[in-house]
Amino acid sequence: MSNLQVSVYRYNPETDSAPYMQEFQIDTQGRDLMVLNVLTMIKDQDSSLAFRRSCREGVCGSDGMNMNGKNGLACVTAVSEVIKDNKLVLRPLPGLPVMRDLVVDMNLFYKQYERMQPYLQNDTAAPAIERLQSPEDRDKLDGLYECILCACCSTSCPSFWWNPDKFVGPAGLLQAYRFLADTRDNATQERLAELEDPFSLFRCRGIMNCVAVCPKGLNPTRAIGKIREMLLSNAT
Amino acid sequence: MVTNITNLGRSGLSDWLIQRVSAVVLAVYAVFMVAYLLFHPNLDYVTWSGLFSQTWMRIFSLLAFISMAAHAWVGLWTVSTDYLKHTGVRFAFQAVVIFAIFVFLVWGVQVLWGA
Repeated sequence: MSNLQVSVYRYNPETDSAPYMQEFQIDTQGRDLMVLNVLTMIKDQDSSLAFRRSCREGVCGSDGMNMNGKNGLACVTAVSEVIKDNKLVLRPLPGLPVMRDLVVDMNLFYKQYERMQPYLQNDTAAPAIERLQSPEDRDKLDGLYECILCACCSTSCPSFWWNPDKFVGPAGLLQAYRFLADTRDNATQERLAELEDPFSLFRCRGIMNCVAVCPKGLNPTRAIGKIREMLLSNAT
Repeated sequence: MVTNITNLGRSGLSDWLIQRVSAVVLAVYAVFMVAYLLFHPNLDYVTWSGLFSQTWMRIFSLLAFISMAAHAWVGLWTVSTDYLKHTGVRFAFQAVVIFAIFVFLVWGVQVLWGA
């Protein structure tokens, strides 16, 4: 049997009063496909299905979705990794408003990212060529800069579900630490002040859903812990 | 920066620190209590009241009560801001929690130093 049963979340706000799950049968010809391949095959059956995709190799971060209950990138997730009882269940990323089918409105996610001012800030005079870093200082950015902003982590975080307007979320906080840890950035105090309230950073309860789902294997919980340490040593 | 006026320390950092420190105090108090009860299987009123008549035990207990009060305030305030979306309901819940914490704390002091 190479028939795969796929259940896909469908919602078109222009025609549907409520979301529903639509069933599809896909002939995989015995191959273990990536979930994105399965979606393209469904799109051949029903061209009205909407989903985001671009590079199809885990670099662009467009096709983050919930596959059998776990967030991930459809293009780099094999069906065999997520399938349960020969059934694949595909839903949009949880916690963000659904625009259509598997496409979510990521505005809240980007707003929190923007609030972290994800760019180098340095008010000292610029040197003639560039601001140099020692290899050791550069190493501090490993595990931080690789984030592709696919939103798999933030949308798997209950704290972000309940307060997406106040809690920055794991993706934004990982980027906050990426600039706090950068020796070329000197806006440290301003960055820390932005995170000191009970919501922006401290709403993290350390359940590590973000770590469990990150398709790039990054660790936002560790970054959040490091920011806490910086806040603490700054204030005690 | 998100502003708040009903959380305990007016700052996420201080709330977080209070939560961690009070948890340690409560853990030590709980371990002490369990150990005391295990070492006194036939506990009677005289021994029990003798324990609580000592100043160090009263200080230790009051520390645990205050830790419990702070811990509950920070924890339940967090729960309320996660799950109660209606401002009136959330504020009412926070007011009831803070009132109950106050009552239990004063009552605790009365139990320790009264009689």
